[in-house]
Amino acid sequence: MAAAAATTAISLTRAFIPCQGGSTRSLPFRKKERQCMRKAGPCMITAKFELKPPPYPLNALEPLMSRDTLEYHWGKHHRTYVENLNKQIVGTELDGMALEDIIVSTYNKGDLLPAFNNAAQAWNHEFFWESMKPGGGGEPSGELLELIIRDFGSFEGFIKEFKAAAATQFGSGWAWLAYKANRLDVGNAVNPLPSEEDKKLVVVKSPNAVNPLVWDYSPLLTIDVWEHAYYLDFQNRRPDYISTFMEKLVSWEAVSLRLEKAKARATEREKEEERRREQEEVKMADDETTETHLESDADDSEAK
Amino acid sequence: MALRTLATRRRLGLGFQSIRGFQTFSLPDLPYDYGALEPAISGEIMQLHHQKHHQTYITNYNKALEQLDAAMAKGDAPTVVKLQSAIKFNGGGHVNHSIFWKNLAPVHEGGGEPPKGSLGSTIDTNFGSLEALIQKMNAEGAAVQGSGWVWLGVDKELKKLVIETTANQDPLVTKGSLVPLLGIDVWEHAYYLQYKNVRPDYLKNIWKVMNWKYASEVYEKECP
Repeated sequence: MAAAAATTAISLTRAFIPCQGGSTRSLPFRKKERQCMRKAGPCMITAKFELKPPPYPLNALEPLMSRDTLEYHWGKHHRTYVENLNKQIVGTELDGMALEDIIVSTYNKGDLLPAFNNAAQAWNHEFFWESMKPGGGGEPSGELLELIIRDFGSFEGFIKEFKAAAATQFGSGWAWLAYKANRLDVGNAVNPLPSEEDKKLVVVKSPNAVNPLVWDYSPLLTIDVWEHAYYLDFQNRRPDYISTFMEKLVSWEAVSLRLEKAKARATEREKEEERRREQEEVKMADDETTETHLESDADDSEAK
Repeated sequence: MALRTLATRRRLGLGFQSIRGFQTFSLPDLPYDYGALEPAISGEIMQLHHQKHHQTYITNYNKALEQLDAAMAKGDAPTVVKLQSAIKFNGGGHVNHSIFWKNLAPVHEGGGEPPKGSLGSTIDTNFGSLEALIQKMNAEGAAVQGSGWVWLGVDKELKKLVIETTANQDPLVTKGSLVPLLGIDVWEHAYYLQYKNVRPDYLKNIWKVMNWKYASEVYEKECP
Protein backbone atom coordinates (compact mmCIF):
# COMPACT_ATOMS: atom_id res chain seq x y z
CA MET A 1 0.00 0.00 0.00
CA ALA A 2 2.66 2.47 1.02
CA ALA A 3 4.88 1.52 -1.90
CA ALA A 4 2.02 1.88 -4.34
CA ALA A 5 1.23 5.30 -2.97
CA ALA A 6 4.85 6.33 -3.28
CA THR A 7 4.92 5.37 -6.94
CA THR A 8 1.84 7.47 -7.50
CA ALA A 9 3.50 10.35 -5.74
CA ILE A 10 6.44 10.27 -8.08
CA SER A 11 4.53 9.99 -11.32
CA LEU A 12 1.57 12.18 -10.46
CA THR A 13 2.79 14.96 -8.27
CA ARG A 14 -0.64 16.41 -7.63
CA ALA A 15 -2.35 13.13 -7.06
CA PHE A 16 -4.40 12.57 -3.97
CA ILE A 17 -2.31 10.22 -1.92
CA PRO A 18 -4.21 7.92 0.35
CA CYS A 19 -2.59 7.10 3.60
CA GLN A 20 -2.26 3.74 5.19
CA GLY A 21 -5.45 2.98 7.01
CA GLY A 22 -7.04 6.06 5.52
CA SER A 23 -8.46 7.03 8.87
CA THR A 24 -9.69 10.52 9.54
CA ARG A 25 -6.93 12.75 10.70
CA SER A 26 -7.15 14.38 14.04
CA LEU A 27 -6.00 17.92 14.42
CA PRO A 28 -3.75 19.38 15.50
CA PHE A 29 -1.12 16.68 15.21
CA ARG A 30 -0.85 14.27 12.36
CA LYS A 31 2.76 13.27 12.12
CA LYS A 32 1.94 9.63 11.52
CA GLU A 33 0.35 10.19 8.20
CA ARG A 34 3.41 11.86 6.76
CA GLN A 35 5.77 9.32 8.16
CA CYS A 36 4.06 6.51 6.31
CA MET A 37 5.23 8.02 3.05
CA ARG A 38 8.83 8.15 4.17
CA LYS A 39 9.29 4.45 4.66
CA ALA A 40 8.21 3.57 1.17
CA GLY A 41 11.49 3.11 -0.62
CA PRO A 42 15.08 4.12 -1.15
CA CYS A 43 14.32 6.82 -3.75
CA MET A 44 13.49 10.43 -2.82
CA ILE A 45 9.91 10.39 -1.63
CA THR A 46 7.87 13.54 -1.71
CA ALA A 47 5.06 13.52 0.80
CA LYS A 48 2.28 15.86 -0.15
CA PHE A 49 -0.07 17.79 2.00
CA GLU A 50 -3.63 17.26 0.92
CA LEU A 51 -6.47 19.70 0.51
CA LYS A 52 -8.98 18.29 2.93
CA PRO A 53 -12.59 19.23 2.16
CA PRO A 54 -14.83 20.82 4.80
CA PRO A 55 -16.76 18.23 6.84
CA TYR A 56 -20.02 19.23 5.07
CA PRO A 57 -21.11 19.90 1.48
CA LEU A 58 -20.14 23.28 0.05
CA ASN A 59 -23.74 24.49 0.05
CA ALA A 60 -24.49 23.25 3.57
CA LEU A 61 -23.95 26.62 5.26
CA GLU A 62 -26.31 28.52 2.96
CA PRO A 63 -27.70 31.10 3.17
CA LEU A 64 -25.33 32.23 5.94
CA MET A 65 -22.21 31.39 3.98
CA SER A 66 -22.86 30.83 0.30
CA ARG A 67 -21.74 27.95 -1.85
CA ASP A 68 -20.06 30.56 -4.03
CA THR A 69 -17.94 31.70 -1.07
CA LEU A 70 -17.01 28.12 -0.17
CA GLU A 71 -16.14 27.32 -3.78
CA TYR A 72 -13.68 30.20 -3.93
CA HIS A 73 -12.52 30.14 -0.35
CA TRP A 74 -11.93 26.41 -0.12
CA GLY A 75 -11.68 25.54 -3.83
CA LYS A 76 -9.30 28.36 -4.77
CA HIS A 77 -7.71 30.12 -1.79
CA HIS A 78 -7.19 27.12 0.46
CA ARG A 79 -6.16 24.95 -2.51
CA THR A 80 -3.56 27.50 -3.62
CA TYR A 81 -1.98 27.62 -0.17
CA VAL A 82 -1.68 23.83 -0.08
CA GLU A 83 -0.36 23.52 -3.63
CA ASN A 84 2.14 26.34 -3.19
CA LEU A 85 3.33 24.87 0.09
CA ASN A 86 3.93 21.50 -1.55
CA LYS A 87 5.91 23.14 -4.35
CA GLN A 88 7.82 25.29 -1.91
CA ILE A 89 9.04 22.57 0.43
CA VAL A 90 9.83 19.83 -2.06
CA GLY A 91 13.41 18.69 -1.55
CA THR A 92 14.00 21.05 1.37
CA GLU A 93 14.55 20.12 4.99
CA LEU A 94 10.87 20.94 5.62
CA ASP A 95 9.79 18.12 3.34
CA GLY A 96 8.47 15.32 5.52
CA MET A 97 7.86 17.43 8.59
CA ALA A 98 4.41 17.68 10.20
CA LEU A 99 2.52 20.78 9.14
CA GLU A 100 2.53 22.16 12.69
CA ASP A 101 6.30 21.75 12.91
CA ILE A 102 6.76 23.55 9.59
CA ILE A 103 4.64 26.42 10.88
CA VAL A 104 6.59 26.84 14.10
CA SER A 105 9.93 26.35 12.39
CA THR A 106 9.27 28.83 9.54
CA TYR A 107 7.73 31.36 11.91
CA ASN A 108 11.33 31.60 13.00
CA LYS A 109 10.52 33.63 16.11
CA GLY A 110 8.76 36.30 14.07
CA ASP A 111 11.34 36.63 11.31
CA LEU A 112 9.20 34.74 8.80
CA LEU A 113 10.73 32.29 6.35
CA PRO A 114 9.18 31.93 2.86
CA ALA A 115 7.08 28.80 3.50
CA PHE A 116 5.40 30.23 6.60
CA ASN A 117 2.45 31.92 4.93
CA ASN A 118 1.41 28.92 2.87
CA ALA A 119 1.96 26.46 5.70
CA ALA A 120 0.05 28.49 8.27
CA GLN A 121 -2.76 29.36 5.85
CA ALA A 122 -3.13 25.70 4.86
CA TRP A 123 -3.51 24.83 8.54
CA ASN A 124 -5.72 27.81 9.43
CA HIS A 125 -8.26 27.12 6.72
CA GLU A 126 -8.70 23.45 7.57
CA PHE A 127 -9.12 24.47 11.20
CA PHE A 128 -11.65 27.14 10.15
CA TRP A 129 -13.82 24.74 8.12
CA GLU A 130 -13.93 22.39 11.06
CA SER A 131 -14.88 25.25 13.39
CA MET A 132 -18.27 25.47 11.67
CA LYS A 133 -21.20 23.19 11.01
CA PRO A 134 -24.65 23.49 9.47
CA GLY A 135 -27.05 24.47 12.22
CA GLY A 136 -24.23 25.61 14.47
CA GLY A 137 -24.15 28.42 16.97
CA GLY A 138 -26.00 28.51 20.23
CA GLU A 139 -24.11 27.94 23.46
CA PRO A 140 -21.40 25.49 24.45
CA SER A 141 -21.86 23.19 27.41
CA GLY A 142 -19.93 21.19 29.96
CA GLU A 143 -16.36 22.00 30.87
CA LEU A 144 -15.93 24.35 27.92
CA LEU A 145 -18.75 26.54 29.15
CA GLU A 146 -17.39 26.39 32.70
CA LEU A 147 -13.96 27.55 31.59
CA ILE A 148 -15.45 30.28 29.41
CA ILE A 149 -17.39 31.60 32.39
CA ARG A 150 -14.35 31.27 34.62
CA ASP A 151 -12.03 33.14 32.22
CA PHE A 152 -14.37 35.68 30.61
CA GLY A 153 -16.92 36.26 33.34
CA SER A 154 -19.83 35.00 31.25
CA PHE A 155 -20.59 33.50 27.84
CA GLU A 156 -21.80 36.94 26.72
CA GLY A 157 -18.53 38.42 27.94
CA PHE A 158 -16.61 35.93 25.83
CA ILE A 159 -18.76 36.61 22.75
CA LYS A 160 -18.18 40.32 23.15
CA GLU A 161 -14.42 39.89 23.44
CA PHE A 162 -14.19 37.46 20.51
CA LYS A 163 -16.29 39.70 18.26
CA ALA A 164 -14.23 42.73 19.19
CA ALA A 165 -10.99 40.89 18.38
CA ALA A 166 -12.35 39.82 14.99
CA ALA A 167 -13.70 43.28 14.18
CA THR A 168 -10.57 45.18 15.18
CA GLN A 169 -7.96 43.01 13.45
CA PHE A 170 -6.56 45.68 11.11
CA GLY A 171 -6.41 44.30 7.58
CA SER A 172 -6.28 40.57 6.93
CA GLY A 173 -6.05 38.03 9.71
CA TRP A 174 -7.78 35.77 12.20
CA ALA A 175 -9.37 35.86 15.63
CA TRP A 176 -8.99 32.89 17.96
CA LEU A 177 -10.11 31.24 21.14
CA ALA A 178 -7.11 29.34 22.44
CA TYR A 179 -6.06 27.27 25.42
CA LYS A 180 -2.96 28.70 26.99
CA ALA A 181 -1.17 26.08 29.03
CA ASN A 182 1.24 26.81 31.79
CA ARG A 183 4.55 27.27 30.05
CA LEU A 184 7.21 29.90 29.85
CA ASP A 185 8.85 29.16 26.55
CA VAL A 186 12.11 30.90 27.26
CA GLY A 187 14.78 28.21 27.34
CA ASN A 188 15.82 27.44 30.88
CA ALA A 189 13.23 29.46 32.72
CA VAL A 190 10.61 27.70 34.76
CA ASN A 191 7.42 29.06 36.17
CA PRO A 192 8.31 29.59 39.84
CA LEU A 193 4.72 29.26 40.97
CA PRO A 194 2.68 27.10 38.64
CA SER A 195 -1.01 26.76 39.34
CA GLU A 196 -4.09 25.39 37.64
CA GLU A 197 -5.24 28.97 37.04
CA ASP A 198 -2.32 29.59 34.70
CA LYS A 199 -3.99 27.31 32.20
CA LYS A 200 -6.71 29.37 30.73
CA LEU A 201 -8.74 30.32 27.72
CA VAL A 202 -7.66 33.42 25.87
CA VAL A 203 -8.97 35.42 22.93
CA VAL A 204 -6.28 36.58 20.55
CA LYS A 205 -6.11 38.03 17.07
CA SER A 206 -3.36 37.51 14.55
CA PRO A 207 -2.33 39.25 11.32
CA ASN A 208 -2.33 37.57 7.90
CA ALA A 209 -1.30 33.91 8.29
CA VAL A 210 -0.10 33.94 11.90
CA ASN A 211 -1.81 31.54 14.30
CA PRO A 212 -1.49 30.81 18.04
CA LEU A 213 0.61 27.68 17.45
CA VAL A 214 3.58 30.01 17.08
CA TRP A 215 3.05 31.19 20.67
CA ASP A 216 2.67 27.61 21.81
CA TYR A 217 -1.05 28.00 22.52
CA SER A 218 -3.59 25.35 21.55
CA PRO A 219 -6.17 26.89 19.20
CA LEU A 220 -9.79 25.95 19.91
CA LEU A 221 -11.82 28.14 17.56
CA THR A 222 -11.09 30.55 14.75
CA ILE A 223 -12.77 32.97 12.41
CA ASP A 224 -11.14 34.08 9.18
CA VAL A 225 -11.37 37.85 8.80
CA TRP A 226 -9.54 38.13 5.52
CA GLU A 227 -11.95 39.97 3.23
CA HIS A 228 -12.15 36.95 0.91
CA ALA A 229 -13.89 35.06 3.74
CA TYR A 230 -16.94 37.31 3.68
CA TYR A 231 -16.82 39.71 0.78
CA LEU A 232 -19.11 37.82 -1.60
CA ASP A 233 -21.76 37.40 1.10
CA PHE A 234 -21.36 40.51 3.24
CA GLN A 235 -19.16 42.92 1.23
CA ASN A 236 -17.73 45.49 3.64
CA ARG A 237 -19.97 44.45 6.54
CA ARG A 238 -17.45 42.47 8.56
CA PRO A 239 -19.40 42.89 11.85
CA ASP A 240 -22.48 41.20 10.31
CA TYR A 241 -20.33 38.29 9.15
CA ILE A 242 -18.80 37.93 12.61
CA SER A 243 -22.24 37.91 14.30
CA THR A 244 -23.55 35.34 11.83
CA PHE A 245 -20.54 33.13 12.46
CA MET A 246 -20.84 33.33 16.25
CA GLU A 247 -24.61 32.96 16.43
CA LYS A 248 -25.30 30.42 13.69
CA LEU A 249 -22.19 28.65 12.45
CA VAL A 250 -19.80 27.80 15.29
CA SER A 251 -19.52 24.10 16.01
CA TRP A 252 -19.20 24.05 19.80
CA GLU A 253 -18.79 20.26 19.66
CA ALA A 254 -15.60 20.74 17.66
CA VAL A 255 -14.39 23.35 20.14
CA SER A 256 -15.11 21.05 23.12
CA LEU A 257 -13.26 18.21 21.45
CA ARG A 258 -10.26 20.44 20.81
CA LEU A 259 -10.29 21.59 24.44
CA GLU A 260 -10.08 17.97 25.57
CA LYS A 261 -7.11 17.35 23.28
CA ALA A 262 -5.43 20.57 24.33
CA LYS A 263 -5.72 19.64 27.99
CA ALA A 264 -4.44 16.13 27.33
CA ARG A 265 -1.51 17.59 25.42
CA ALA A 266 -0.71 19.99 28.26
CA THR A 267 -0.79 17.13 30.77
CA GLU A 268 1.40 14.97 28.56
CA ARG A 269 3.92 17.78 28.25
CA GLU A 270 3.97 18.34 31.98
CA LYS A 271 4.73 14.65 32.50
CA GLU A 272 7.46 14.82 29.89
CA GLU A 273 9.02 17.79 31.60
CA GLU A 274 8.81 16.04 34.92
CA ARG A 275 10.58 13.00 33.45
CA ARG A 276 13.24 15.22 31.92
CA ARG A 277 13.84 17.02 35.20
CA GLU A 278 14.18 13.72 37.00
CA GLN A 279 16.63 12.44 34.41
CA GLU A 280 18.64 15.63 34.69
CA GLU A 281 18.76 15.32 38.45
CA VAL A 282 19.97 11.75 38.17
CA LYS A 283 22.58 12.85 35.62
CA MET A 284 23.74 15.71 37.84
CA ALA A 285 24.02 13.36 40.79
CA ASP A 286 26.09 10.98 38.60
CA ASP A 287 28.34 13.84 37.49
CA GLU A 288 28.95 14.87 41.07
CA THR A 289 29.96 11.34 42.00
CA THR A 290 32.40 11.25 39.08
CA GLU A 291 33.85 14.60 40.05
CA THR A 292 34.41 13.53 43.62
CA HIS A 293 36.03 10.39 42.37
CA LEU A 294 38.36 12.33 40.07
CA GLU A 295 39.25 14.74 42.83
CA SER A 296 40.17 11.93 45.15
CA ASP A 297 42.26 10.46 42.30
CA ALA A 298 44.07 13.75 42.00
CA ASP A 299 44.65 13.86 45.73
CA ASP A 300 46.09 10.39 45.57
CA SER A 301 48.52 11.24 42.80
CA GLU A 302 49.69 14.37 44.62
CA ALA A 303 50.30 12.35 47.73
CA LYS A 304 52.52 9.95 45.85
CA MET B 1 -25.02 68.28 3.52
CA ALA B 2 -25.77 69.00 -0.13
CA LEU B 3 -23.94 72.29 0.21
CA ARG B 4 -20.84 70.62 1.60
CA THR B 5 -20.90 68.09 -1.19
CA LEU B 6 -21.07 70.92 -3.71
CA ALA B 7 -18.25 72.77 -2.04
CA THR B 8 -15.96 69.73 -2.05
CA ARG B 9 -16.87 68.61 -5.56
CA ARG B 10 -13.88 68.67 -7.88
CA ARG B 11 -11.64 69.80 -5.08
CA LEU B 12 -10.52 66.33 -4.17
CA GLY B 13 -8.09 67.41 -1.52
CA LEU B 14 -8.25 65.76 1.86
CA GLY B 15 -11.60 67.48 2.32
CA PHE B 16 -11.88 68.69 5.88
CA GLN B 17 -13.93 70.91 8.04
CA SER B 18 -13.33 72.42 11.41
CA ILE B 19 -15.27 71.34 14.48
CA ARG B 20 -14.17 72.86 17.74
CA GLY B 21 -10.42 73.10 17.88
CA PHE B 22 -9.47 70.49 15.30
CA GLN B 23 -10.36 69.56 11.77
CA THR B 24 -12.43 66.54 10.83
CA PHE B 25 -12.42 64.97 7.41
CA SER B 26 -15.13 64.20 4.90
CA LEU B 27 -15.37 61.93 1.89
CA PRO B 28 -13.97 63.53 -1.26
CA ASP B 29 -16.04 63.08 -4.42
CA LEU B 30 -14.76 60.87 -7.18
CA PRO B 31 -13.67 62.83 -10.27
CA TYR B 32 -15.61 60.34 -12.46
CA ASP B 33 -18.73 58.16 -12.27
CA TYR B 34 -18.59 54.84 -10.46
CA GLY B 35 -19.03 52.94 -13.72
CA ALA B 36 -16.53 55.05 -15.68
CA LEU B 37 -13.60 52.68 -15.14
CA GLU B 38 -15.40 49.63 -16.56
CA PRO B 39 -14.50 47.10 -17.72
CA ALA B 40 -11.18 47.33 -15.83
CA ILE B 41 -12.93 47.99 -12.49
CA SER B 42 -16.65 47.45 -12.06
CA GLY B 43 -19.01 50.18 -10.93
CA GLU B 44 -20.14 48.00 -8.01
CA ILE B 45 -16.59 47.76 -6.70
CA MET B 46 -16.01 51.48 -7.10
CA GLN B 47 -19.21 52.37 -5.30
CA LEU B 48 -18.61 50.08 -2.31
CA HIS B 49 -14.96 51.03 -2.20
CA HIS B 50 -15.70 54.74 -2.15
CA GLN B 51 -19.01 54.99 -0.27
CA LYS B 52 -18.43 52.25 2.28
CA HIS B 53 -14.74 51.51 2.75
CA HIS B 54 -13.32 55.01 2.33
CA GLN B 55 -16.21 56.48 4.32
CA THR B 56 -15.59 54.05 7.20
CA TYR B 57 -11.92 55.01 7.38
CA ILE B 58 -12.97 58.67 7.54
CA THR B 59 -15.64 58.04 10.19
CA ASN B 60 -13.21 56.09 12.38
CA TYR B 61 -10.40 58.56 11.76
CA ASN B 62 -12.60 61.43 12.92
CA LYS B 63 -13.67 59.41 15.94
CA ALA B 64 -10.05 58.68 16.86
CA LEU B 65 -9.10 62.33 16.40
CA GLU B 66 -11.95 63.41 18.65
CA GLN B 67 -10.76 60.97 21.32
CA LEU B 68 -7.20 62.20 20.83
CA ASP B 69 -8.33 65.77 21.27
CA ALA B 70 -10.10 64.91 24.51
CA ALA B 71 -7.17 62.85 25.78
CA MET B 72 -4.71 65.63 25.03
CA ALA B 73 -6.91 68.21 26.72
CA LYS B 74 -6.90 66.03 29.83
CA GLY B 75 -3.20 65.22 29.61
CA ASP B 76 -4.12 61.53 29.39
CA ALA B 77 -0.81 60.18 28.03
CA PRO B 78 -1.68 56.45 27.87
CA THR B 79 -4.80 57.14 25.81
CA VAL B 80 -2.88 59.43 23.46
CA VAL B 81 -0.43 56.60 22.81
CA LYS B 82 -3.16 53.95 22.60
CA LEU B 83 -4.92 55.91 19.85
CA GLN B 84 -1.89 55.87 17.55
CA SER B 85 -2.73 52.55 15.88
CA ALA B 86 -6.30 53.61 15.07
CA ILE B 87 -5.04 56.93 13.74
CA LYS B 88 -2.41 55.27 11.58
CA PHE B 89 -4.86 52.71 10.21
CA ASN B 90 -7.89 54.91 9.61
CA GLY B 91 -5.97 58.09 8.80
CA GLY B 92 -3.79 56.04 6.46
CA GLY B 93 -6.91 54.58 4.87
CA HIS B 94 -8.18 58.08 4.19
CA VAL B 95 -4.85 59.38 2.84
CA ASN B 96 -4.30 56.33 0.62
CA HIS B 97 -7.75 56.19 -0.90
CA SER B 98 -7.74 59.94 -1.56
CA ILE B 99 -4.61 59.41 -3.67
CA PHE B 100 -5.95 56.21 -5.25
CA TRP B 101 -9.05 57.88 -6.75
CA LYS B 102 -6.81 60.47 -8.41
CA ASN B 103 -4.52 57.74 -9.72
CA LEU B 104 -7.32 56.38 -11.89
CA ALA B 105 -9.10 57.88 -14.89
CA PRO B 106 -11.60 56.65 -17.47
CA VAL B 107 -10.03 55.70 -20.79
CA HIS B 108 -11.80 58.55 -22.62
CA GLU B 109 -10.23 60.98 -20.18
CA GLY B 110 -6.72 59.72 -20.76
CA GLY B 111 -6.71 56.67 -18.44
CA GLY B 112 -3.98 54.26 -19.46
CA GLU B 113 -2.07 56.76 -21.62
CA PRO B 114 1.66 56.38 -20.93
CA PRO B 115 3.43 59.19 -19.08
CA LYS B 116 5.00 61.91 -21.14
CA GLY B 117 7.64 64.50 -20.31
CA SER B 118 10.17 64.18 -17.55
CA LEU B 119 8.41 61.34 -15.66
CA GLY B 120 8.38 59.19 -18.82
CA SER B 121 12.10 59.61 -19.38
CA THR B 122 12.94 59.12 -15.69
CA ILE B 123 11.02 55.85 -15.71
CA ASP B 124 13.09 54.71 -18.70
CA THR B 125 16.30 55.70 -16.89
CA ASN B 126 15.36 54.12 -13.56
CA PHE B 127 13.58 50.98 -14.73
CA GLY B 128 14.56 50.46 -18.36
CA SER B 129 11.05 50.94 -19.68
CA LEU B 130 7.46 51.59 -18.62
CA GLU B 131 6.72 47.91 -19.27
CA ALA B 132 9.51 46.89 -16.89
CA LEU B 133 8.17 49.23 -14.21
CA ILE B 134 4.68 47.81 -14.59
CA GLN B 135 5.96 44.25 -14.35
CA LYS B 136 7.92 45.05 -11.23
CA MET B 137 4.99 46.78 -9.53
CA ASN B 138 2.67 43.92 -10.48
CA ALA B 139 5.09 41.36 -9.05
CA GLU B 140 5.50 43.28 -5.80
CA GLY B 141 1.78 43.97 -5.53
CA ALA B 142 0.96 40.31 -6.07
CA ALA B 143 3.46 39.33 -3.36
CA VAL B 144 1.95 41.54 -0.64
CA GLN B 145 0.74 39.15 2.07
CA GLY B 146 -2.76 39.98 3.16
CA SER B 147 -3.84 43.58 2.73
CA GLY B 148 -1.74 46.50 1.57
CA TRP B 149 -0.56 48.77 -1.19
CA VAL B 150 2.12 48.92 -3.86
CA TRP B 151 3.50 52.35 -4.66
CA LEU B 152 5.53 54.23 -7.18
CA GLY B 153 7.09 57.07 -5.24
CA VAL B 154 9.79 59.64 -5.70
CA ASP B 155 12.56 59.91 -3.14
CA LYS B 156 12.83 63.65 -2.63
CA GLU B 157 16.38 63.50 -1.34
CA LEU B 158 17.86 61.14 -3.92
CA LYS B 159 15.64 62.43 -6.75
CA LYS B 160 14.97 58.84 -7.67
CA LEU B 161 11.87 56.78 -8.41
CA VAL B 162 11.24 53.87 -6.07
CA ILE B 163 8.77 51.01 -5.82
CA GLU B 164 7.59 50.27 -2.29
CA THR B 165 4.89 48.22 -0.65
CA THR B 166 3.11 49.06 2.59
CA ALA B 167 1.08 46.77 4.82
CA ASN B 168 -2.60 47.36 5.62
CA GLN B 169 -3.27 51.10 5.43
CA ASP B 170 0.21 52.32 6.20
CA PRO B 171 0.70 55.36 3.99
CA LEU B 172 3.90 55.82 1.99
CA VAL B 173 5.17 58.49 4.39
CA THR B 174 5.89 55.65 6.84
CA LYS B 175 8.71 54.56 4.50
CA GLY B 176 10.78 57.75 4.62
CA SER B 177 10.86 60.89 2.54
CA LEU B 178 8.85 59.41 -0.29
CA VAL B 179 6.15 61.23 -2.23
CA PRO B 180 3.52 58.91 -3.75
CA LEU B 181 3.00 59.22 -7.50
CA LEU B 182 0.89 56.07 -7.88
CA GLY B 183 -0.64 53.77 -5.32
CA ILE B 184 -2.41 50.53 -6.13
CA ASP B 185 -4.76 49.16 -3.51
CA VAL B 186 -4.23 45.39 -3.21
CA TRP B 187 -6.75 44.85 -0.43
CA GLU B 188 -9.19 42.18 -1.53
CA HIS B 189 -12.04 44.70 -1.33
CA ALA B 190 -10.42 46.53 -4.25
CA TYR B 191 -10.96 43.65 -6.66
CA TYR B 192 -12.71 40.65 -5.12
CA LEU B 193 -16.23 41.04 -6.56
CA GLN B 194 -14.75 41.07 -10.06
CA TYR B 195 -11.43 39.22 -9.92
CA LYS B 196 -12.00 36.92 -6.92
CA ASN B 197 -8.76 35.23 -5.87
CA VAL B 198 -6.83 36.26 -8.99
CA ARG B 199 -5.08 39.42 -7.84
CA PRO B 200 -2.57 39.35 -10.73
CA ASP B 201 -5.41 39.84 -13.25
CA TYR B 202 -6.62 42.91 -11.39
CA LEU B 203 -3.08 44.25 -11.36
CA LYS B 204 -2.75 43.60 -15.07
CA ASN B 205 -5.96 45.45 -15.90
CA ILE B 206 -5.66 48.44 -13.63
CA TRP B 207 -2.97 49.95 -15.87
CA LYS B 208 -5.68 50.43 -18.52
CA VAL B 209 -7.19 53.15 -16.35
CA MET B 210 -4.02 54.54 -14.77
CA ASN B 211 -3.92 58.30 -14.66
CA TRP B 212 -0.30 59.01 -15.57
CA LYS B 213 -1.13 62.67 -16.09
CA TYR B 214 -1.71 63.04 -12.35
CA ALA B 215 1.52 61.15 -11.55
CA SER B 216 3.45 63.40 -13.96
CA GLU B 217 2.09 66.54 -12.36
CA VAL B 218 3.11 65.41 -8.88
CA TYR B 219 6.52 64.34 -10.17
CA GLU B 220 7.18 67.64 -11.92
CA LYS B 221 6.19 69.56 -8.81
CA GLU B 222 8.59 67.50 -6.67
CA CYS B 223 11.42 67.36 -9.21
CA PRO B 224 11.17 70.48 -11.33
